[in-house]
Order: sequence, then C-alpha cells, then structure tokens
Amino acid sequence: MKFLHSVFLGFILSAAASLTSCTDDKDVAPVAGQMTLQLEHVAGSAPLTLNGTAPYKTAAGDDFTVTTFRYYISNIKLGKADGTEFVQPESYYLIDEAKADSKIFTIPNVPAGDYTKLTFTIGVDSARNVAGAQTGALAPSDMFWKWDSGYIYTKLEGRSAQSPSGGILFHIGGFKKPNNTIRTVSPALGSSSIRVRNGSTPTVHLKADVLKMFTGPNTVRFATLSSTMGGPDAMLIADNQAAGMFTVAHIQSN
Amino acid sequence: MHCPPKAWSAPVLLSLALLVATGCQPDADVQPAEQVPGATVPSNFPAPVYGTDKNPPTRAAFELGRSLFYDVRLSRTGEVSCGSCHQQFAGFADAGRRLSQGVAGRVGMRNAPALQNLRWKPDFFWDGGPKNIETMPLAPLTNPLEMDETLDNVLLKLNADADYQRRFAQVFGGSSPIDSYQFLRALAQFTASLTSANSRYDHYARREAGAVLSAPELRGLAVFRQKCGGCHAGELFTDESFRNNGLDRSFPLDSGRAQISRRRTDVGRFKVPSLRNVAVTAPYMHDGRFPTLGAVLDHYGQGMVESATVDGLLRQADGKLGIPLTAEERQQLLAFLATLTDETFLQNPQLAKQ
Repeated sequence: MKFLHSVFLGFILSAAASLTSCTDDKDVAPVAGQMTLQLEHVAGSAPLTLNGTAPYKTAAGDDFTVTTFRYYISNIKLGKADGTEFVQPESYYLIDEAKADSKIFTIPNVPAGDYTKLTFTIGVDSARNVAGAQTGALAPSDMFWKWDSGYIYTKLEGRSAQSPSGGILFHIGGFKKPNNTIRTVSPALGSSSIRVRNGSTPTVHLKADVLKMFTGPNTVRFATLSSTMGGPDAMLIADNQAAGMFTVAHIQSN
Repeated sequence: MHCPPKAWSAPVLLSLALLVATGCQPDADVQPAEQVPGATVPSNFPAPVYGTDKNPPTRAAFELGRSLFYDVRLSRTGEVSCGSCHQQFAGFADAGRRLSQGVAGRVGMRNAPALQNLRWKPDFFWDGGPKNIETMPLAPLTNPLEMDETLDNVLLKLNADADYQRRFAQVFGGSSPIDSYQFLRALAQFTASLTSANSRYDHYARREAGAVLSAPELRGLAVFRQKCGGCHAGELFTDESFRNNGLDRSFPLDSGRAQISRRRTDVGRFKVPSLRNVAVTAPYMHDGRFPTLGAVLDHYGQGMVESATVDGLLRQADGKLGIPLTAEERQQLLAFLATLTDETFLQNPQLAKQ
C-alpha cells in the first residue's frame, strides 16, 4: 500500500506540475537530462543558401532560388521502446534560415532514458492558432495571418524562371478542414537511439530538405503553382513535407 | 511561453471561497471589479466567449487599453486611432460613413462594424477571419488601407513613451520593454469592456421595476421575433452566422465569408450583425449601401435579388425572396428597433477618450 501511495502521490505531483508548467519545480522529475536539436537546411545535396545566385533544381527540373525560409516546429515528443513518452510542455520553435541561433535549441527537463522515437509537428497546433496574444516563438509576426487568424507554418519565398511572375511564394498554413496543413512527423532514427542522461546531452541533427516540398506525393511545377496562402494548394505541399522533408542525419552523444 | 503572474493572494482566495460559499448573494466585495465597464455578465445574456477569466479586468489595464484605443500613434502616419472609425456615440461604428478613411486618405473595403459585446463574439469582421479578440486588432493595424503600421513600429513608439512605459510596468510588472503580448492584452481590456446591455429593451427583458415598452414597441417586438429573429437571434440579436441576404446577383469584388472558407457555397455570405444600437450605427450592410433603417426594410421588402447562395430563411412559402411587412408592421418594427439603443453605453464617460 505504501508503495502504491507514493506512486499515486508522484502521479498527482507530476499532473500538478504539467498543469502549472510555469512553476519552476525541480523536485518532480527524478533524473532529468536534456537534448539538443540542430537543424540543417539543404536543397538536395547542396546546403541551402539564401539569396544565392546558382539556382537549385527540383526533382521535376524547375530552377529556383530562396530568399526566405522559415517554419514552425512544435509539440516535440520523445518515445521509448516501451511506449512511454516524454512530451515537451510549451514546445514551440520558429526556425529561420536567416537566424543561425534559431537552428539549434536545447530541450530541458527530459527524463533520462533511451529514446527511440522523435515526433514533432510541422506547424502549430490548432488551439494555439486561435488562442489570442502569445509570447516567445508564437508572438505575432509575419508568420501570422492577421486577417484570417492563424500561423503560417512554413514560409518559403524566392525566385524561379519557370514561375509566370518570376517569384515563388509558398505560405503553408491553415487548421480547418478541408485545408488543415498541420502535419506531425516522426523521422526515422534508424538503429540509433537518443540517449539522455543527467550530464550527457545528445544532439539530434535534423536535415530539412526544401526540394522535398515540391516532390513526393505531389509534384509541384512552378509554371502552374508558384504561390500559396493556405488552402488546397498548400495541402499539396504540406503532404510533401510530411512525406520526407525532415530526416535525421545523425545523433551525436555527448 | 508567457507565465501569468501569480496574483492569487490569500485575501483573494478567501473572498473566492466566500463567494462560492455564499452563492449568488450580492457581495459588496464585487463592487471594485464592477468599476471596470463590462466586467459582469448581464443577467439576460448568455455566457461569454471571452470571459473575464481570460484577461481579468483591472482598472489600470482597462485605462491603458482605452489610451491605446484612442491613440493615433497606432497608425503609421499618426492620423487615425481605433476610435477614429469606431465612435462611441455611433455604437463604435463609423457614423454616417459607408467606408472608412484610413491613413493618407485611403478608403477601406467594408463598412466599419459597431464594437459592442465583443466578449460574446466567436469571430470578427464581416467574414469572420480573425478568431480572437486579442489578435483581431492586428488586422486594421497592419492593413495598408487602415492604419498601415507594423506591430514592431507600434512597440517602438510605445517604448519611447515614458508614460506608457510606466503604465505598462504597473499593469504587467517587471522592467522589460513593452511587448506585443502586453500591447494586445491591454487593448483587449478595453475592447472587451464594451458591453451594451442597458437599452430600454434590456430593462424590459430583465423585468426591471418600471421598465415598460409601449404597445407599438411590443407589437414590433412580436413582428421582429417572427420575421427577423431567425438570424438576429437571442439577446445579442445575431446568431453569428454568415448569410447571403440578397444584396447582389454576384459578388466579384467581395465574396465575403468565401474569402476565409474558400468555399463556393459561402460566396456572398456576410456575418449577421447584432442589432443592438442599430438606430445609431448607420449606414448598413457590409458595404454601407443603405443609409437608413427604412432603406434596409425596403430591401427586405422588395429589393432582394437571387443568387446561388441566397439564404433560405429569406424565401417565402411561394418561393419569392423577401420579408413583406405591412405599413403598420414597418412602423412597429422601427419603434421596437429604437428600444435597442443603449444611451448609457453610448454616453458612458468611462468609454470615451480622456
């Protein structure tokens, strides 16, 4: 009974801690470590460079350059082989190719353990799209549609000779059916695991390939589709993103 | 993410406990909160969408929001404030203007709606695009035809003002610069305070002592409930739906709700507006095309035109569009609509520019 009591008490405490995520409560997690996520942006085999002169080529053969590449990652989860999960509270990150410090961040208070699954949302969950004034990564910016409430989950802008206007402007967003572009992915970790220990912070190197936005389930040709602001066309790209834009390059244990 | 300050002091918790214990009895301790307009739910109103728990009203935050609402520095050129196009005496609509004037003489696309009872609105604008009272002001703020400003610039201007610095610090604590969260939360303290619930109709509906409507007004109420209440429903006089009320055969310039939903079935549908204070919010419709309530009733009487999405409630049994009214019903209806005017709201000095 005593054991059961302490288990129950622990449950109550952790439930309370998750309810009051603002409380700085160090007593709850037994042994907590942390994990670093580092994002590398590429166009196929080439590193992504903003405002580059040499164009990248899509799988279908269209040329393009990139001036802006930003996206949200949210609701990061780590899963163990036994099915238990660590769900990061208040898990929202705005990644911007133009800002080096946005491409690496550390997730604190991860219970020690070997994690075999990494899951995250490309975009922002529907609740936060309509939740009013937000702070941090979700503070309103040009990644928020003001006349039709909701975040722009991914923004890729640039130029293409194949585009009728010469420009490409892909704003992926929207949380309502039938144009819900929220996608949750679990890039394969292969045979490796993320080994979190107190005093040992692994780094997961994630690769985001912009070419994959235009190939996969849906082939995007800039001659016919060079601009999206949510809607059915954004769904095409969101499905492509979900199908393999993010891959785990390697996991570095420290 | 933002962590709200833990404001639960022991006296607050104690009075909360007392409040729970004493149920619905009037409590003198509630009085201070009532000093902020719109901090209580009128007894004839439904539960609000944006309850006071979402952004607990305080006197200092309300006054800060009011200053922001009336501050022309929110616009790029310093020409217009929120209050320029949302005037209190007109129910916070733009009195007499079909379309409003933004910075540099630019003219907007739609008629400025009345701002009232915003706590009860699930979404905003004629098309329901903005979904939250706190983020809604970002649209007019950044619209090139309206205030044409950036959020960053507004924050620069606010942070350069010692008075705002002091007042924001007083409300939100700390010494960090004024940020977009504080700005939007403070502004929402004012916009959420705009409760209009003291019209002659309200006094009658709440059966308050001495509250009576005249015989023609009561007959007008009956006509209203029968012929208008399907859309202008409930105590807020809107069901918050989007409907095509037969203004045009096609909607090439402004498709209304379809701009948000992208559905062809929503082309020509616009938000059913509340009719509170309707006598003072002229002109009417999303484009302000009707200058008087008489012109509105003429439209419903014989002016409606067919289109693919025209609303079924506006079709009569014989298939014709419209809401026919006898001359007498028309007079009664207009008499009733005038009872929705809330002079205490329109003249409340607390809601005016200071």
